Amino acid sequence: MTAILTVRDLRARIAGQQVVEDVSFDVAEHGVTALLGRNGVGKSSTIKALLGLYERTGEVTFAGQRIDGLLTHRIVQQGIAYVPEDREVFGQLTVEENLRLAERGGAPNRGIVAELFPELIERAKQQAGTLSGGQQQMVSLSRALMNDNRLLLVDEPTKGLAPLIVGTVTKALEAAAERTPMLLVEQNLQVVRALAHTVIVLSGGRVVHTGPAAAFLDSDLVHRHLGVSTDQEAA
Amino acid sequence: MRTFLTSRRGILTGRLLVGTAVIVAAAILPLLAIDIPGVLPGPTYTPGTLTVLAYAMLIAALALSYHLIFGVAGMLSFGHAMFFAAGAYGLGIILRLLAPTGMPSEVVFLLSIGITLVVALVLGNLVGALALRVSGISFAMVTLAIAQAMNVMIRRNVGGLTGGEEGITLTVSVVPDWLVGVVNTRNLYWMALAVLVLVYLACVWVERSRLGHVVAAARENELRVTVLGLRPYLVRLFLFGTAAVLAAVAGMGFMLLQSSATPRISTSDFTLTLLVIVVLGGVGYRWGAIVGGIVYTLLDQRLAALASSDVIAGLPDVLRIPLSEPLFILGMLFVLVVMFAPGGIVGIAHRATGWRGSKKDVEEPAVLQDMEA
Amino acid sequence: MTTVLLLLITGVGLGALYFLVASGLSLIYGLMGVLNFAHGSFLTLAGFLGWEVGRRVGDGSWAGLLTGMLVGLVVGALVAAITELVFIRPLYNRHIEQVLVTVGLGLASVALFEGIWGTDPIQIRLPEWLGQTTDVLGANIPNDRWLLIGSAALVLVGIVLFLQKTSYGLVIRAGVENRTMVTALGIDVRRAFTIVFAIGGAAAGLGGVLASVYYGQVGAHQGTSLLIYAFIVTVIGGLGSLSGAAIASVLVAVIQQFANFYLGGTGDLAVVLALAAVLLVRPTGLMGKVKH
Repeated sequence: MTAILTVRDLRARIAGQQVVEDVSFDVAEHGVTALLGRNGVGKSSTIKALLGLYERTGEVTFAGQRIDGLLTHRIVQQGIAYVPEDREVFGQLTVEENLRLAERGGAPNRGIVAELFPELIERAKQQAGTLSGGQQQMVSLSRALMNDNRLLLVDEPTKGLAPLIVGTVTKALEAAAERTPMLLVEQNLQVVRALAHTVIVLSGGRVVHTGPAAAFLDSDLVHRHLGVSTDQEAA
Repeated sequence: MRTFLTSRRGILTGRLLVGTAVIVAAAILPLLAIDIPGVLPGPTYTPGTLTVLAYAMLIAALALSYHLIFGVAGMLSFGHAMFFAAGAYGLGIILRLLAPTGMPSEVVFLLSIGITLVVALVLGNLVGALALRVSGISFAMVTLAIAQAMNVMIRRNVGGLTGGEEGITLTVSVVPDWLVGVVNTRNLYWMALAVLVLVYLACVWVERSRLGHVVAAARENELRVTVLGLRPYLVRLFLFGTAAVLAAVAGMGFMLLQSSATPRISTSDFTLTLLVIVVLGGVGYRWGAIVGGIVYTLLDQRLAALASSDVIAGLPDVLRIPLSEPLFILGMLFVLVVMFAPGGIVGIAHRATGWRGSKKDVEEPAVLQDMEA
Repeated sequence: MTTVLLLLITGVGLGALYFLVASGLSLIYGLMGVLNFAHGSFLTLAGFLGWEVGRRVGDGSWAGLLTGMLVGLVVGALVAAITELVFIRPLYNRHIEQVLVTVGLGLASVALFEGIWGTDPIQIRLPEWLGQTTDVLGANIPNDRWLLIGSAALVLVGIVLFLQKTSYGLVIRAGVENRTMVTALGIDVRRAFTIVFAIGGAAAGLGGVLASVYYGQVGAHQGTSLLIYAFIVTVIGGLGSLSGAAIASVLVAVIQQFANFYLGGTGDLAVVLALAAVLLVRPTGLMGKVKH
């Protein structure tokens, strides 16, 4: 299987601190590739570095094109959507405005929003800052799923959500992954097991393991690298 | 021999020799008749030229004190001029207050200097203690506000002390004779040189000290410094107070040289000029502040004369008007430096000569980083 | 009582002037993280050019003044947009350098204005009505205040409508909250930057012409003195908040008027103390948000 995203020797710093040491991996062009690791190891930073949100060096190739020298908005315009950790919806804007802002290209698919998250249609005029965490995550996901994307970068989508919402979000991600490849950062290993076919494990800012998801989750590598046994959340 | 020259000891000795040579050369300037027409108003032994050079050195000293705050500690202060004004006005006011007390004039003079220094220290620490409670843009705004308040008070002639818009003059009766009058311009020149050397040595001492290293480290990575158990707030406060005192020293020299002080030296425009000087010369380099200060003063003083010369007067208005304004040239030079050569004049010189000084000098000064409120 | 009313209304009039300058500063900082020290120069240039054009249309006439106001608006917008494109955009994401560049431009432009128009302020002629007063419940309000208040109100409404109803306005509102996320949605914020500079410049330009009405003169340093007050207003109101700038403008100006009258001319000092107080108690300002 060819890779939609190739990362080689990625390094990133912020405020004089090295947050991504030396990361190399591939993201397959179908399905979900999970990025795992303990807290603070540099998973979110890697995603942000890919998007150009941090100063970075190294080679990043997307669908055959080098994107490591581009500005963030140009990278996203190539067809890469970002679902950030902590949702980051615009609190002062309404739900409708949040979605409108995210529309890219000719025909955004609003239908998918109605299908997956009918609640949002009812709450269109509500200020996004007054939504619950789960509802904000729906907005954040909608922003990514509405457009025609070739890669989804999803950072801890179930963080801080109630189990019921976790289920809704997982189903939405599953549906999305059928059409679009995804790089998923996730601490909840049950979600990882349900969605991912490959895992990439980070430790100390570097990749320490790459391989099939099921094999990894069933072995004691999980304990060694993440400090937990399977079916629990990573520390 | 060669190993000595490249060894650490060798480099330090070399630096010391060069430094001493420069100071000696500057010191004997008044005894020589070097003439640079256009740049200097006359040969170097003339009072006119010596006054310009002395003024340049005092501004360089002031720029050095600002370099400590902005270049070393990365604190963008918009109020530094107030400490310079505190030195100048402080000396003037205290001299005037103590003159009629009948004490011998030497005592009055030395006492006034001492009191002014203490006042500057206290003021620096008060302002710093207040302003350093916030950082980034907020810090800049607090310093701007406080300096503006001082400027307003000076202009309003609070307590009848500051002379309002006209400013104050030096009470020459209590100033040592050898510092008064055109005939003693040479002595004033040497006084200014001494001030510059003093401030320079103080900067070197602070920057090389443990405190200096901590402050510079805190500028890059505050978290790391805190984690090491050090308090960025306190080291910055100490640095701020030190810079304030050094600025006041330059201010006192200014008062002696000019025999007067006006509210202009306490304006935010003046601080912004300092900022321009330091960046133009090269942020993070001590010599940047000195070069910037001298270039600025020469431009400021001499451009008026140059503007009325035939060369410029003959130009069409579109060119003549901008070129007659020193601040326009300075401002645009500054803009060009910021956009294309952030290392300033010294940075360019380093790159051009491939000179490798200490590691700190060679790295692009990191103070021009993103700074969030 | 009439004194209080007089001070209040003239305070609001002065506040209107501050708002015209501060609105742009606040939006620019809110969206771009840049403290625009050249803002005062947009004001001064617009004031000069507005006067030059206006007096040729009709010195001291309403036609001249209104033309001048229009010229001020347009000049302000143009100069600001060009400044952003030429000097600020190349320094994308380097905030300190952007601030420094505006400092340099501010210094250079004031020197240029002095060179062109001289160092002394020039007295200007205005329509007679502006020099007269209107009786409001016993207080004699100078009529120029009404012009100021009216203009500022129109500008405020105009900006709010733009922000709420246009797509660029949407980008700006989002960007003020979280500039990074806006770029992560694939939007090129740089165009919004230029627009915000233009809007701020237009408001400042109008402010420049109205400042000359208020002070009765145009001068090279007009922008600089107003700029400091505008900064103070922006910080007190909360950097990035338009409503904060509006409220703070009125608050600061009224405090200034009252302090000047009742506390022996200490208006400047009172304003500066207010700033220090706000910064120490609530550093993000009255209505400011934590900046990303």
